[in-house]
Amino acid sequence: MTQSTDIDPQDASTPDRYAPRTGPLGLSRRTRARLTDLAIDAFLFAFGLLMILPLVFLVSNAFKTPQEMVAWPPRIIPEDPTLENFRSVLGDTPLLLWIWNSFSFAVLSMIAIVATSAIAGYVLAKFPFRSLHLLFLVILATAIVPFEVYMIPLYFQAQALGILNSIWGLLLGYLVMSFGIFLIRQNVMHAIPDELLEAARIDGAGEMWIFVFIVLPLLRGALGALAVLAFFQAWTSFAWPIIVATTRDAYTIEVGLALFQTGFTVDLGRLSAASAAVLVPSVTLFVILRRNFVQGVASTGMKE
Amino acid sequence: MLRWKRWRFAMLAILPTLAIFAWVRMYPIVETLRLSLHQWDILSKNKPFIGLQNFRELFQDQLFLEALINTSAIAFGVLFITIPTALVISALIYHRTRSRFAGFYETTVFIPHIVSLVPAAMAWKWIFDANLGPLNGLLQSVGLPAQPWLFDPVLSVIAIIILCSWQALGYAVLIYLVGFKNLPVSLFEAAKLDGAGGIARFWYISVPMLKPITLYVSVVTLISAFNVYAQAFVLASDSQGAPGRQVRVLVLDMLENAFRNYRIGYAAAEAVILLAIVLLLTLVQFGLLREKGRR
Repeated sequence: MTQSTDIDPQDASTPDRYAPRTGPLGLSRRTRARLTDLAIDAFLFAFGLLMILPLVFLVSNAFKTPQEMVAWPPRIIPEDPTLENFRSVLGDTPLLLWIWNSFSFAVLSMIAIVATSAIAGYVLAKFPFRSLHLLFLVILATAIVPFEVYMIPLYFQAQALGILNSIWGLLLGYLVMSFGIFLIRQNVMHAIPDELLEAARIDGAGEMWIFVFIVLPLLRGALGALAVLAFFQAWTSFAWPIIVATTRDAYTIEVGLALFQTGFTVDLGRLSAASAAVLVPSVTLFVILRRNFVQGVASTGMKE
Repeated sequence: MLRWKRWRFAMLAILPTLAIFAWVRMYPIVETLRLSLHQWDILSKNKPFIGLQNFRELFQDQLFLEALINTSAIAFGVLFITIPTALVISALIYHRTRSRFAGFYETTVFIPHIVSLVPAAMAWKWIFDANLGPLNGLLQSVGLPAQPWLFDPVLSVIAIIILCSWQALGYAVLIYLVGFKNLPVSLFEAAKLDGAGGIARFWYISVPMLKPITLYVSVVTLISAFNVYAQAFVLASDSQGAPGRQVRVLVLDMLENAFRNYRIGYAAAEAVILLAIVLLLTLVQFGLLREKGRR
């Protein structure tokens, strides 16, 4: 459903009372529309480049020598590219360990959120019991409470379990996602007809069998979107990891970088190298998974 | 019999999720509310109930008030930059949906929203850097004086607003694009036949019809900006490690009270105020939506 910008043929044959056939510059309407579109394209192109320019420079700075770093104007392609920054960062910090911590935390969180959301979303959508409806309202109500509000008591729960400074401590905050449950519930309601489930029951299928072999395959798209969303949510988390992980070996990449940059002997070249090492894989992953991700985020706007 | 069987399955299936949910969501939320009415300094064993004493103290606490003002300034600053920009950019992207570059436009605007906070903030730190940052270089090359972006109390808040808006824009554009796609095409066709130009159609049709979306995006943007923390944390220190000016925001103040001053009850009271702000914003959103529906 695109908005037509060209003049359709029947429009051209009937005289238009309001819009003159030619514009102020003596150009036909069609030419003017073309020029407008071209100008819009140029503007959007420039705007898009401007949006990613800070990140482009970050990556380029990672390959610059200290001398080139202070040069004005800054160059996008380094004149004398060097890998020294990367070598030095990898020698100074357990960067790979931090990336591994973040990655395993994000993957575990993704699995937990997809599993809990899938089953809870299905049950809440297709089993019309009053107690479940009440439960759904509670989940919906807690969805708007920001994580920052309740993370202090949660910290003491992690402490009591003795899982501070570990992946499990990080995971504690990211086991469920209220929005995920909501998203799957909406999808089940729209995508899975009651008749299908009833037919399976009449054929003697057990409830568990129905869930695994009928419901889950039909939810592939929604679960994919949720998985990507959950992964990035954990991967980019900051406030929770910074209070739970306080030893150097337990840092996630976000926390590690944030604390590394407060060091007194750290220069921008090495900071950029460390940042680029994190940025490039996640942006690549995003570009590959863009459709899933956009679908997931766009559906957040659909909640009424 | 069948009904009972289905009920049993539903309960058994939801039980694990429910248990986790109660344990890591409901309990800590209730605990935050409870702790906010108590005095608990970690070291002391007893936690006396002190009613609203924490809240009374908070509103005389200069640091907290500073954090509240900074955070509100950041949140509304981000709102006033993001919403109009997102509306215009998404209208233009929607207008050029058929363009070969539509995917490029969407992706580039959205990338800042998904990149990790710390590396992204690092990029901006270099841009704002007083000595070698390109922003000051740019200012000087057009004859303006260089500014201490990350040291001046007002400029550092502005720097955070710019960084947060850059990140929030992608989300707003994405939601607006969904909104544009759901607008009735016939309305635009009719307006076009009546001779309404592109700008008139945008201003008199798109903007009013997208009002519910604007409301939703505004509230989401405000809420996430009220929870700003990583951006302030990273921008606060200079590139050479010299401490820059820490912009005090609510989450930072709360964590400092909890883990540096060991005043858990006091920090919980701050969390409750954060929650109250979020609830208020949500209620305003619902209120405005309902008002619109009645008309």
